[in-house]
Amino acid sequence: MAEKIIMKGNEALAEAAISAGCRHFFGYPITPQTEVAAHMAKRLPQIGGTFLQAESEIAAINMVLGAAAAGVRAMTSSSSPGVSLKSEGISYLAGCDLPCLIVNVQRGGPGLGGIQPAQSDYFHATRSTGHGDFHILVFAPATVQEMADLVAGAFSLADKYRMPAMVLADGMLGQMMEPVVLPEGDSNPPPPKPWAVNGHKNIRSHNIINSLYLEPNDLERTVVERYARYEEVKRTEQQAEEYLCSDAEIFLVSYGATSRIVKSAVVKARAEGIKAGLIRPITLFPFPDAYIDKYVGQAKVFLSVEMSMGQMIDDIRLAVNGRKPVAFFGRTGGVLPTPDEVLGKIREIAGGVK
Amino acid sequence: MKDPMHILIAGYGGQGILFSGKVIAYAGLIDGKEVSWLPSYGPEMRGGSANCTICLSKDPIASPYIEFPEFFVAMNQLAFNKFASTVEEGGMVVYDSAIINGATERKDMQIFGIDAVTLAEDSGLKGLANMVMTGKLFKELSFCAFDSLEKAVVKCVPEGRTQLIELNLKAIQLGIEN
Repeated sequence: MAEKIIMKGNEALAEAAISAGCRHFFGYPITPQTEVAAHMAKRLPQIGGTFLQAESEIAAINMVLGAAAAGVRAMTSSSSPGVSLKSEGISYLAGCDLPCLIVNVQRGGPGLGGIQPAQSDYFHATRSTGHGDFHILVFAPATVQEMADLVAGAFSLADKYRMPAMVLADGMLGQMMEPVVLPEGDSNPPPPKPWAVNGHKNIRSHNIINSLYLEPNDLERTVVERYARYEEVKRTEQQAEEYLCSDAEIFLVSYGATSRIVKSAVVKARAEGIKAGLIRPITLFPFPDAYIDKYVGQAKVFLSVEMSMGQMIDDIRLAVNGRKPVAFFGRTGGVLPTPDEVLGKIREIAGGVK
Repeated sequence: MKDPMHILIAGYGGQGILFSGKVIAYAGLIDGKEVSWLPSYGPEMRGGSANCTICLSKDPIASPYIEFPEFFVAMNQLAFNKFASTVEEGGMVVYDSAIINGATERKDMQIFGIDAVTLAEDSGLKGLANMVMTGKLFKELSFCAFDSLEKAVVKCVPEGRTQLIELNLKAIQLGIEN
């Protein structure tokens, strides 16, 4: 096994993208994701790749579109306000059925907001990363190790389903250092891309990549076809971690940095004899509703804990579908909840469900 | 050895605060612990301040953000004034007495001063007060095996600047002896 080293989440993610065969990075600086771009700026020229600091986030995402259309693994990285700017380009990428990786190291919002960690872009990532009917794959790491481990899968599923993928991290995961074992080599090569618009010396008919369909029936057909793919994604690609779930009655649901804090609150609750468990979504689109469904019978209540005013809770409610109550605890604006705050909420609920 | 341990190091940017923190985190890793290192990246950083929090634990670390550290290494007056009051009851402060007035009304924690800046300069180790402080913290807290601390320095010094390994180790030794 490769050596365990200590690295920032942002750097581990960048290095993992290189291992996954990404040689094209386009970005524009913003805290707290700066180290992703800085690492790429250092490493990509060493290995024949392209690092380009664009004139804006909008330019960067459109460069990703161009590179992805040419068939290469391409990525961009930003933080919340910058990802908002990329929205139009992400919609075009989805409309063109192009695979790519977008990294959002979230910070507090709305507007310029702050620069401390937040999870308030959940809706933006899973509901409406741009205009039009579409989805992107969304992965939510919770450790520096996962910042590295989820990247190859994100590229690979993006290629498989021909849709953009996002790693939705936050300032804490991006900035913190933890031990990590980096993935070795290019274990995950891109599949052939016969649709790519690249040079072919006139040996095939030319490919067109486009998202403009002026005939409504044509546009409807492409969207319906895309949604059939989304259904397959929902059926086959859900990922979640189950922690102390087997006999649990209070099910906390939490992802990313917050899930670590929740895990520690669950341990404390267990020590007090409260049967708490954690479902930690690793994919946010597809939302792991099969995991909610699995436990809805034994659950007395679900509790969503987020660094937002309550966004993922809507997906939990949809999965629970009225069968059990769904409670919420959140901090926002860049404030991290503490394990004791979460424990307090668990106690309050436990008192109520007795 | 206490478990978990939460250590805050704070001072100016350029004092090697983040480096010291990384050495401590690496030493914990070599000791087989779960570790985390979280830097300040807020607006205070733009004002020239730097701090980082290190957690060493046998269990997985829930949050690397620690509001009330048990152990605090102060590298300038501003940091001392700001964070000494946040140290947990029964905790410990190590401060650079060459540049910090360590007067505090708190009686519920241990306080150790060391003239880190002058000790470093007098020994030809200008700029390595951070490692003198790390040595002092090691002496008072023994947060890792000494062997692990030495190995951590080797890990953290960038390739191509290996001459710094010996100097860093010397500075740590100064902190241990004083």
